Parts: sequence; structure tokens; C-alpha cells
Amino acid sequence: MNWELIFGQIKWTSFVFAGMIENPSLSEAIASGAGSIAVLGALGTVVLLTVKGWWVPLWRDWLTSVDHKKVGIMYIVLALVMFARAVIEAALMRAQQLAATDGGGFLSADHFGQLFSTHGTIMIFFVAMPFITGLMNYVMPLQIGARDVSFPLLNAISLMLTMAGAVLIMVSLVVGQFSTGGWSAYPPFTGIEFSPGEGVDYWIWAVSLGSIGSTLTGLNFAVTIYKKRCPGMSLFRMPLFTWTTLCTSILMIFAMAPLTAATIMLALDRYAGFHFFTNGDGGNMMNYANLFWLFGHPEVYILILPAFGVWSEVVATYSSKRIYGYTSLVYATMCIAVLSFAVWLHHFFTMGQSANVNAIFGIATMIIGVPTGVKVYDWLLTMVGGRIRLTTAMLFHINFLLTFILGGMTGVLLANPGIDFQVHNTLFLVAHFHNMIIPGVLFGMFAAVQFWFPKAFGFRLHEGLGRASFWCFAPGFLLAFFPLYWLGMMGATRRTFTWSNPDYLPWFALAMLGAALILAGFAFMVMQIVVSVRRRAELAAPLGDPWDGRALEWSIPSPPPAWNFAVLPQVTARDAFYEAKKDGTAYRSPAAYEDIEVPRNTATAPLIGLFACAWAFGLVWHIWWLVIVSFVLIWAVVIARSFATHTEEIVPAATVKAANEAFLAAVRATPGVTRDQEMTAANRGRAIPESLEASAGALAAGAAVEVTR
Amino acid sequence: MAGVTALAMPCAASAAGFLEPAGPVAAAQLSHFGTISALMLIVIVPMFVALPLVLLRYRRGGKGTYRPDWEFNWGLELLIWGIPVALVAALGTALWNHTLKNDPYRPLGPAPLVVEVIALDWKFLFLYPEQGVATLDLLVLPKDRPVTLKLTSGTVMQSFIVPRLAGQIYAMAGMQTQLNLIADATGDFTGRNTQYNGLGFATQSFTTRVVSAEDFASWVTGAKAQPAGLDAAGYKALLPPSVVNEPVIYGRFTPGLFDQIIASFAPGMAGGHQGHEAPAGTGTPAAAAPAAAHQHDAHTPEAAQ
Repeated sequence: MNWELIFGQIKWTSFVFAGMIENPSLSEAIASGAGSIAVLGALGTVVLLTVKGWWVPLWRDWLTSVDHKKVGIMYIVLALVMFARAVIEAALMRAQQLAATDGGGFLSADHFGQLFSTHGTIMIFFVAMPFITGLMNYVMPLQIGARDVSFPLLNAISLMLTMAGAVLIMVSLVVGQFSTGGWSAYPPFTGIEFSPGEGVDYWIWAVSLGSIGSTLTGLNFAVTIYKKRCPGMSLFRMPLFTWTTLCTSILMIFAMAPLTAATIMLALDRYAGFHFFTNGDGGNMMNYANLFWLFGHPEVYILILPAFGVWSEVVATYSSKRIYGYTSLVYATMCIAVLSFAVWLHHFFTMGQSANVNAIFGIATMIIGVPTGVKVYDWLLTMVGGRIRLTTAMLFHINFLLTFILGGMTGVLLANPGIDFQVHNTLFLVAHFHNMIIPGVLFGMFAAVQFWFPKAFGFRLHEGLGRASFWCFAPGFLLAFFPLYWLGMMGATRRTFTWSNPDYLPWFALAMLGAALILAGFAFMVMQIVVSVRRRAELAAPLGDPWDGRALEWSIPSPPPAWNFAVLPQVTARDAFYEAKKDGTAYRSPAAYEDIEVPRNTATAPLIGLFACAWAFGLVWHIWWLVIVSFVLIWAVVIARSFATHTEEIVPAATVKAANEAFLAAVRATPGVTRDQEMTAANRGRAIPESLEASAGALAAGAAVEVTR
Repeated sequence: MAGVTALAMPCAASAAGFLEPAGPVAAAQLSHFGTISALMLIVIVPMFVALPLVLLRYRRGGKGTYRPDWEFNWGLELLIWGIPVALVAALGTALWNHTLKNDPYRPLGPAPLVVEVIALDWKFLFLYPEQGVATLDLLVLPKDRPVTLKLTSGTVMQSFIVPRLAGQIYAMAGMQTQLNLIADATGDFTGRNTQYNGLGFATQSFTTRVVSAEDFASWVTGAKAQPAGLDAAGYKALLPPSVVNEPVIYGRFTPGLFDQIIASFAPGMAGGHQGHEAPAGTGTPAAAAPAAAHQHDAHTPEAAQ
């Protein structure tokens, strides 16, 4: 048999362990170790699933589910798993740079190149994107009073395509090398002439799968928000998180396409001898830079806007107060979304265009600072007149306000072409975008987990360990990245695995300390989840409203039933649930129940994901039979699905009624808790609204209004 | 936490970056950095002052009056929109003036010294057309004379910078970019590529040696006496990736080499240019002609053809 026909370009030396055997070194040992962890992790999962007998529940209840809540949770689990890998990679790079005075250190140049490429690619496409997508998935339909997204199956397919991309990147730990072209993969370096081999192909196909998934998500969510809002939920009554989800979805629709185009064109260059971005023969890498950043700049707003939404929810809830300047915040968000398409050129002021062009894009970039500044001060003013509880999520928010505006300051500095000429491609730039993404997006997502975890699982997270993780994360971030500003100004270039200026050493040492603190913070976070699961009885808040919440998602049980709302809510104001609690109209029994249609589980999405992963793997390794077979199978699944007619099932009104009345009875039987008892075992998820606490007696007695409509 | 950066300022004397400018371009960049930072404090300081006060006053159990329904105030609204708008107007004006005045393409005086820079894998080749000498990984410049660097790449895209003299600009194959600068202090300054281009990237730096006009003249004389010359074949031998440990000086080079290198990437060159071949030994006049004529209006990095 012909080896290449079956296995394409895979050789035994492609496996990471071969490098260790042929050329033993610490760098190779680390690579092999990482490969082993990936393999053992996968094996361990298989063993665990088998021993516990979880295969069937995993398949039946999760992988085949099209429920937006389960899809959302799976997205977030994916993000956390990938975060674990990418944050360890970051710490490795910091350790290397600390050890690397005058050519020291333990990583080879090639290994370091792969590390910064996988770190960036994973953090953006397989941590930040799934995290925000998962959160939007979980929360947005609940906030607009919907039973699901508009296209539940498409939603599951988006997830599975993203997961296929993530699996592909994990496979690259074991089989073959990854690209060294960074997360932006600029040609001609990533062209076939300068980067032969499978590395860049791994990047291309992993990112392409993720970007197609995100495009579909954007379409799905935008349609959902336009079409599935409950009665009375006008656009200007939507919670701010839903607003930011809408803006992000619109950005996804328009911004992911240029990325997909760029990766496919790069693939054509590499596979089919095209010359889009090659040196010479009419190719021009400047087109890639434009396409990539036409995606890349909106992308940062795709990430930050949902986090802004989280901050709006968190600050209002934990200040027990209406958000200040709702309309202002909505317009600011829309301004940001529109302007985000008008600034991409600031990623390459140094490409030689005229000063006028640079100046225009520089000013456009600064203009984005206006709505962003407005938002920051809106959040501050939200606290004014409130009663602020310094919970973990709120601590993250306070940290965000202070550090984010410093990142905004360095962003405005970078918007100046003259300054960018000096600090572009240095650690100053690295510090800047981490300064926006870590306190803004990542900590925003962590705050969201603290905030919505009880909604998703029915019990709160352990507050003490949450605070411990915050007190590692926040100073860890400052230590890890503020020295980088200074290093960048001293001229330290990004992506260097070794350096010779002795002045850098103390700053790299501080950065390493920061990285260690961030790792500790992550360890506390994992511990927090484990401990909380163990003590879930004590932390239980099944009645759905542990934080005295404001939007509709807090009006239903935790975790919510598959159909979310027993009867679609009727909304008459912003902060609908909070107003209802205040007016005493919350927790009323509806006049009548109806049958509810919910989508049936289906194997369509996981099968498409599986075959897409195989297809991409075949492309990476030129295993053409696999490419053809899996491509045919993907479409066979799609066609087979199109013949399925029995795709929905009916939940009878009686079932809905029984569940909902049981929930309402439990709520009425439970005395509400004040905010002082928020973190105690007394908090079962029935809140006394802060503004009614003075007259709490009557309510706490469980005399809740019980009116039929 | 801005404190970390601020405290570090005094002990930065030995830093190599644009914090110690050695020419008017880098000096202007540093002062612009200061201007923008100072202006930004207008929106940053209020947050650092107000947030702790608000937290203290409106924390649960604090003295602030609880007004759960307060959500808008026109005066504050005008303030939080108005101040950033006014600030951006000021910042934008500063940006516009600085950017146009310090356009890297704008010559900084009459009769600049022209140096042609070719970025190669993990080294820079410098051609001095006026002097007829060439160097590898050594850029020697006379003090106080305007310098025009014309850049291209013989390989992947790179970014050329000498931080103490001026900011960076990309060097791209088949295209020419420009960087104008003046050095007003003598000394050795590090220059480097900042765009990742493979295994030797971390060590792709070179020395920029600024000397007095007389020393420059004598350096040129000495360089011309070097036996080694650079022709198309010699250039081709430089193409394979390598790190240069000791700078190389060539006493002469084939005139028009720079334009030939750019032209070699143009579409439809005889025999294509598989493996980005070095230009033919005798550059075709048509291919080599245009650079000088384009000096002023050829603002965008454009192919020589």
C-alpha cells in the first residue's frame, strides 16, 4: 500500500514524541509533555466517562441538545478548557523571556514561535469568542423572554464547528507543528514559500471553522433579537446586555466574512499555487493586512461589547439601582459598533500610506474613545445614589473601570501614527491589547460567571474563593502587563525569545511574578467551582433570584426549565422583573397554560462538527480521501436532516403547569432575604427588593400576591 | 498603577528606546507622547478621584442617599459627552499636526544622504548609491545631515526601526517605502526588525553608527578601499536565511541593484521569479529607472513597475 495515499504527509516523525527521541532537549521535553497532557487528558476523559457511565447522558442530554442554555454552557466549558492551555503557554513564554538574557532560556526559537501563535489564536478564537458566544447564548433569550433562539439547530452547528476548530488546535499539540506566524498570520511569511509544512494549515482551518461558526452565530442572534422578543419588549426596553449582544451579532455578520475570505485566499495560495498574497507574480500582502484587520478591528469590539453588557448588568444589580443613562449607553454602543469598521488601518500605520490617510484613521480611532469614555462614566454614575455591595463580580467591575481607562489612554497614544511608529510591534502594543482584553473581556466573563452561575446551575459560587481569585487576578494582571509598557518604550520587541539588554531583566521578572499570580487566580477559580459543586446544597438558590436581579432571567427557576418561560411574559417597562417585584406583581400564576413546542435533540450538529474536524485534518495533512469522504458526509448529514419532519416535540400544558405552580408555590413559601443575607445559606433565590426593604415585613411573611390574570 | 510607569521614569537613563532621542524625529515623537498622555489625564484623573469617593459614600451602609430610580441628569450628560468630545478635538488637532509635520516621507532638508535598505532574512543590506559602497548590518550616518532611507525587502515583510532616531516603517518585497531622519548626536544606536520573520528574528539587529561629517567622509574612503564588492550573484548568495555576527563592508556594488531587486518581484518578469531570484546581472534600464522621479509624489509603497 502507498503510505502517502492513506496518511497524506503524516510521518512517524510528525508526532511530537519523535522530536524528543531524536533530539532530546528541554524544549522538546516541554513539547512532548504538552502532547502527553493532551493525549492523557483525552484518555482520562474517555476513562472517566466510561467508568461513570456518562457516555449516554453526555450524548443524549448535551451533545445532541439544541437548547440554547446547554449550547451556551458547552461554549463556556470549551472556553475554560482552552483557557487552561493558553494561559499555561503564556506563563511558559514569560518564563522563557525571564530566563533568556543573552541567549539563555529553555525554549527553542521555533517552539517559542509556535507558543505565541497558539496562545494568540486560542485566546481570541477559542477562549474569548466561545466565552462571549456561550454567555450570549445562555442569557440573551432569557432576557428577551424567549423560549430559544430563532434557529436552535444552527446554533448547535455553530458550537460544533467552533469545537471542531478547537480540537484541531489541540491535535496540533500531538501531530505536527503549529504555525509560527502569530495569530494574525501575515503573509508572505505564512505563504508556502516561507512556511512550508502543516503549521500554517492548522491555523487556516482551525480559524476558518471558528469564523464560519461565528458568522452563523451572528445571524442567529440578530434574528432572534429582532423577532423573538416577548410582548411589550420594545428595543428600548431591552436589557443592556441584550443590546450589546445585538451590536456584537451585527458586527459578527459583517466582520467574520473578510476573515473567512482572507483565510481561504491564503489557503488557495498555499494549496493551489494562487498568488493573492505571495511576493511577486501580482501577489500583494497588503491586501491580506487590510482584509485581516477589516475583521480584526471589529473583532475586538465583538469581544468587548458583550463584556460591556455584563458590566452594565453587574453594576446596576449590585448597586441596587437603575442604570444611569440607559439611552446614552445604547447610543454609545451603537456608535462604537459603527465606528469599529472605520479604524482598521491603525493596525498598520507603518505600511507607508500617506500622512493624511494615517491621520484620518488615527482621528477616527480617537473618536471611538468618546462613546467608550461615556460608558465608563455612565457606570460610575450608576453607582451614585446606589447601595453598593462589593461582591466578587463588583470587585471585577471596579478593577475594570480603573484599569480599562488606562488601557484607553495607551490606546489613544497608539492611535497617533507618530507614536505608533515607535511602539508598534513592541511589548507596549502587547501590553495595550492585553490591558483592554484582560480587565475588559476576560474579567468581564469571569464576573458574568459569578453573576449568572446560580441561574444556570441553581446554586451560588463560593464567595470567599471568588474573592481570593479576584485578589490574585487583579494584581496579577497589573504586574504581568504594566512592566511591558515600559519594556516596549525601551524598545523591547514582541515575539522575541531572547534578548540582550540587561535593563529588561527586572521588568521581565515583575511580569513573571504577575503571570504566576494569574495562574494562582485561575487555580482559585477552578477550586471555587469544585468547592461550590460539593457544597451545592448549602449554596442552593433554586428560586431563581439570588442577587435581587432586574431583568426577566431572574423571574424563572434556577436552572430554568427547557421551555424557559411557562407563559411568555408581558413587559411594560425596563428592568421588568425588578419593577414587578416592587409593584408586587411578580410570581403571579398565569390565567392559563398552553402546550409548548420545543425542538427535539438531534445528532445533526455533532456529526457535522465531527466530519468538519476530519475534513480540516485531512486538508492539513493532504489526506485527500479523508477530505473527500468527510466533505460528502457533512452534506449527507445536512441532506438527511432536511428529510426529517419530526423535529419538535410538545410539552403538554399540564406538565408546564405542574412545574411552574410548584416553583411558584416554593417561592411563596420561602421568606425573601435582604441583601445583608445575600451570601448566607438563607439566600434560596427569593429576594426582597432593596427599595422595599423598609417595609420588608409583610413581604417576607410570604403574603405574595397571587392574582390570576 | 500608572505609578509603576511614572516611578520608573527617572531610572531610565540607560534605556535604548525613543526615551533618549538622538534626532529631531524621535524627539518630536517623544514630546508628542508626553502631550497626548497629559491631555488624557483630563478624563483619567476624575475617575481615579471619583470612584473611591463614590464607593465610600454609596457603599451599603454608607452615608449617601439611596435613590434607586435616579437615572438621568442633563447637566451630567452634557459633561460626560462634552468633555470627551472637546478632548478628542484637541487630541485630534495635535494628531493631525504631528502626523503631517512628521510624515516619514517628508524630506528633512535639502540634499539628503540617500541610503537604500534591503531587508533580508535576519539581516539588513544597506546601499549608499552616492558613495558607491554597501554594508551588511551596519548603518553609518553623518551627524546633522538629512537622511532618506528607501526600503524594500528581498524576502518576507519586515519592519525597520532605529528607535533613537525615528519610528519604524515596513519593508515589503516588490515595493518601496521611505523613512527620513536626522541624527543630532553621535554614537552607536541599535536598529532592528520588529516584524517576526522566523528563527533568527530575535537577533536581527544592527548597529547604526552616527559620526561627524568628516568621520563619515573618511569612513567612506575606507569603505571604498574594501576589496569585497557586491553584484547580483553576491546578492543572491545573501538570500538564504542567516544571522550576521560581524558587519560586512563592500567597497562597491552594482549600480541600480536596489531597483532591480524591486523589479524582480514584478509580475511577468522573464522566467517568473520562482524562489525570488536575484535580479539579472545587468538590470534592464526600464526596470531600474523610476525611483528618483517618483521621490515626491510616489507616496504609497508601490511596485517599481
